[in-house]
Amino acid sequence: MQFSENWLRTFVNPTLSSDELGHLLTMAGLELEELDPAAPAFNQVVVGEILTAEKHPNADKLRLTTVNVGGEVLQIVCGAPNAAVGLKVPCALVGAQLPGDFNIKKAKVRDVESFGMLCSAKELGIAEESDGLLVLPADAPVGTDIRDYLGLDDKLFTLKLTPNRADCLSILGIAREVAALTGVDLTAPEILPAAVRSDKSRAVVVEAKAHCPRYAGRVVTGVNAATATPAWMVQRLARSGIRSISAIVDITNYVLLEQGQPMHAFDNAKLSGAIHVRLPKASEQLTLLNGNTITPDADAVLIADESRALALGGIMGGDESGVTTTTTEIFLESAFFAPDAIAGKARALNFSTDSSYRFERGVDFSRQVEVLERATQLVLEICGGEAGPITEVVAETFLPKRNPLRLRLSRLNQVIGIDFTREAVAAQLKNLRFPWSEEDQVFLVTPPAHRFDMEIEEDLIEEVARLYGYDNIPAPAPVNHVAMLPLPEAKRTPMQVRRLVAERDYQEVVNFSFVETAWEKDFAGNDKPVVLANPIASQMGVMRTTLMGGLVNTLSFNLKRRTARVRVFELGRCFWRDAEAVNGFAQPLRVAGLAAGPAEPEQWGSKTRNVDFYDVKADIEALFPTQTLRFEKTSHPALHPGRCAEVTLNDRLIGVVGELHPEWVQKYELVSAPILFELELDVLLNVPMPAYAQVSRFPVVERDLAFVVAQETPLQGLLSVLDSAAVSTVQSIQLFDVYQGKGLEDGKKSLAFRVVMQDTQKTLADAEVDAAIAELVSAAQQFGAVLRT
Amino acid sequence: MNTLDEIVARALAEFVAIGEPAKLEEAKAQYLGKAGLLTEQLKNLGKLPPEEKKTAGAAINAAKNQVEEALNARREALKRAALEAQLSAEALDVTLPGRGRSRGGLHPVTRSLDRIEQLFRTIGFEVADGPEIEGDWHNFTALNTPEKHPARSMHDTFYIQAEDGSVQEDVLLRTHTSPVQVRYMQAHVEKYKHEATMPEIRIIAPGRVYRVDSDATHSPMFHQVEGLWIGEKVSFADLRGVLADFLRCFFESDDLNLRFRPSFFPFTEPSAEIDMAFMSGPNKGRWLEIGGCGMVHPNVLRHGGIDPEKYIGFAFGMGPDRLTMLRYGIDDLRLFFDGDLRFLSQFK
Repeated sequence: MQFSENWLRTFVNPTLSSDELGHLLTMAGLELEELDPAAPAFNQVVVGEILTAEKHPNADKLRLTTVNVGGEVLQIVCGAPNAAVGLKVPCALVGAQLPGDFNIKKAKVRDVESFGMLCSAKELGIAEESDGLLVLPADAPVGTDIRDYLGLDDKLFTLKLTPNRADCLSILGIAREVAALTGVDLTAPEILPAAVRSDKSRAVVVEAKAHCPRYAGRVVTGVNAATATPAWMVQRLARSGIRSISAIVDITNYVLLEQGQPMHAFDNAKLSGAIHVRLPKASEQLTLLNGNTITPDADAVLIADESRALALGGIMGGDESGVTTTTTEIFLESAFFAPDAIAGKARALNFSTDSSYRFERGVDFSRQVEVLERATQLVLEICGGEAGPITEVVAETFLPKRNPLRLRLSRLNQVIGIDFTREAVAAQLKNLRFPWSEEDQVFLVTPPAHRFDMEIEEDLIEEVARLYGYDNIPAPAPVNHVAMLPLPEAKRTPMQVRRLVAERDYQEVVNFSFVETAWEKDFAGNDKPVVLANPIASQMGVMRTTLMGGLVNTLSFNLKRRTARVRVFELGRCFWRDAEAVNGFAQPLRVAGLAAGPAEPEQWGSKTRNVDFYDVKADIEALFPTQTLRFEKTSHPALHPGRCAEVTLNDRLIGVVGELHPEWVQKYELVSAPILFELELDVLLNVPMPAYAQVSRFPVVERDLAFVVAQETPLQGLLSVLDSAAVSTVQSIQLFDVYQGKGLEDGKKSLAFRVVMQDTQKTLADAEVDAAIAELVSAAQQFGAVLRT
Repeated sequence: MNTLDEIVARALAEFVAIGEPAKLEEAKAQYLGKAGLLTEQLKNLGKLPPEEKKTAGAAINAAKNQVEEALNARREALKRAALEAQLSAEALDVTLPGRGRSRGGLHPVTRSLDRIEQLFRTIGFEVADGPEIEGDWHNFTALNTPEKHPARSMHDTFYIQAEDGSVQEDVLLRTHTSPVQVRYMQAHVEKYKHEATMPEIRIIAPGRVYRVDSDATHSPMFHQVEGLWIGEKVSFADLRGVLADFLRCFFESDDLNLRFRPSFFPFTEPSAEIDMAFMSGPNKGRWLEIGGCGMVHPNVLRHGGIDPEKYIGFAFGMGPDRLTMLRYGIDDLRLFFDGDLRFLSQFK
């Protein structure tokens, strides 16, 4: 909502500066977004009248003028093509300072003296562009300061209004608010009913009563629609951001801004028979003022005559029935359309109008006739004519209800947390001019027709608190019961998981949840991702099912910035359809990491090598210090088929780790293949409680065993066999060496294990140790492994 | 024949001249070994007349002690010298850099969320979470924003395409963390339905939210942190107190001003915007929007299964991205989401 401060001050004029007034509104919930001067600073510019204008003796494109500036006639050289005798124009006197540090001095232009400058609107900083001198009305008084004459010492207020405050979408509404906040009287112009001098009227039939519970209209005959809109009105409209169109249209817009009531004017000569307010007929069409031809929704409300639809009620007039400069008879409409009937309708047509914007938020439903009189008053003043009688159709049952609301003093004080007295509450209600009564500290308050946001007790509580001032309410330190929060030891928070991953030398990133379609295909083999209906850009079009795409992108971004060693991770959600899940979408949290480039930061004394699968596998294992993960060869769309594994914990698949597929390394222009992992977060949030086992006092026996197996045999197979064959005294079987080469057949490898044995009750006898080792060897042999001796 | 004095003097001189432990032991044998000079003297003692034996024996023992002492001293000196030599040979250039892995770090916004979670934990707030593809009901309707409500146009919502290509009406990417409020209330009420009074709800819900908006100051995905405190006696004054306390603790400064500006959210009544201004530093005196807050609207409590006459409370929503920018003086929101390690690695 943008408006002129001077206009507002004709309605309510508190002794506050512009800034103070802006602050007052902001702190009352009508946020001041901008406060701009109507014109930049300049001085010594007056209304001048061009007395003579001749060609400059020494220049073809210049003119030599004499200008009456009131009490003095000046000789001025002027370059404007429209300088003509008799025009009133702004004239900057010698000594004037114009916008842009432009100082006017006595000058000689091509040997002719010039004592000032005739100005365009642009030169005065009141228009972006202008075409020649700013021509003032013929009755502009010569010699008057142009700032006074044009009211340029005005300020433009732009308020950012919240949707509940539709009552402030007018000068009257804001003035009412300022009056309530300051206690200064409202001085709105008096609305006097026009004398009815014509008997011409038009019948109104409201069929869509729920959509339009009140409709008022009147015919005004003999109007001069071609008359010029008065300058003061053009100016006020302009300062509200509305361009002048023609006198009648300007008047309806002016009334909308002043009173908050949208109006419409039809060319009465183009109407036939009664006005019908009705729903559309099947496939009925209407061409709107903006040129769009629409087929209105079945529950849209139309203003029609006997033969056709004329306007989309409460939203926009029709193209064919509007007023033109040749119109001589108008039918003025002032109606109340129910918010529900208008809400969303304009948006569905991809536009918004000042009218629909107000109706969908709520317009005072009690003032249609009064505002119609205001519009009539202006039409008669500006365009002349004779007013006919007002036709008003009301469906009381469909008008919004304003039932009295209970405001309990006790509840108010409980919600706000301070002790208002009943007198204080009464004073605020009085300022608001809400009718009320009181009994036993319960106020019965009837919201006025212009307030659509007063529905429950809390709404009134807010009004009282708002007028009292939120910042006058104390802010005590929180009072709390002293009770400890649970701290489950067998749980980790996502934050703790993040820290663990960061400790392993990964930097956290936050990538978008919506990704490129290609990433889903490449990194998840997903041809049917969840698609956004209205993505912000095509490369952010689908929801991710893996965090890998974002990480590869992060790698690529950083490689381009010459960071060779990239180790990043993200903790975030992935999304896919799942009828069983909440809202029909599985959206698990996952943690994924990517490591590329040198395994360690480049440093002295250690040979630089690139990170590999086993480095990252160790990072994963470090996240599960007391649990045994299983890694099994797998295939994954993102990963190298020979270098990736699925990760399982207690038979549950919890993630994947591997080297990026060479195809993607090439496609995404990476220098070398990064290692990626992705794990379900929920398994990381549970961590087993430490399980105490007695520490044996008896000595540990260690034996080393090496087996020769085929090169492609995975360790896990042999290890599982050994683990299941091991007797209870075997504490651990650890691989400590993998060897292939000299001394072994081609295609074979040797796996060396350290077997640690211990008994909790006694020292192990050699025979027991030998027997246990024999068990392991025999199990390995059955697996096909050969003991290496 | 050597006198004892001569033997001792020779031994002492010899020992001092020796630089290696093995040579020293060889030299020891000359004097104290089986055939050593002093051992010989002792052996010869028996040949002496009894009246001389005592004096001569004492003299030999004294000489032996003297030689052993000198020997031990020399052994000690050689050992120390050897250690000194070893230590100096082993000396490192302590100015060379340390070796091994480095460590990563948390995202700056995560860092803030961590601090926010911890600060609120100190006053009994637990962390709650909710889905990011959210139902229309939880995101809007349950929050007192029915369909067609003008407040819906305050949020530019991302919608999802149904499998047949049409727009799926019932789900969306959540536009705020507020849907967690109703989800948590419902679960809380269910959990305590058999108890006469329900324990207070005190939660914060940090997370990602989405709006169709992208420019220098808006990201289509950003963070929010929701707060909710429901109890029998929780007031607007308490809301002011908690947020004032929080901001002072978060910024570790009493040097800031706070103002509550009346505003409108369908799910709170009364509602306010929280503005904050530093009293010093680069943003001195500028009012900065921190978030929105208010007393939970009775309709929202009802949707959560809570009787608004019995329980009352407040909710707030803040932008941790903004808080993080203010905390560290970061001037571009986009830095949070483009993964530039030169930026992120500053936050270890």
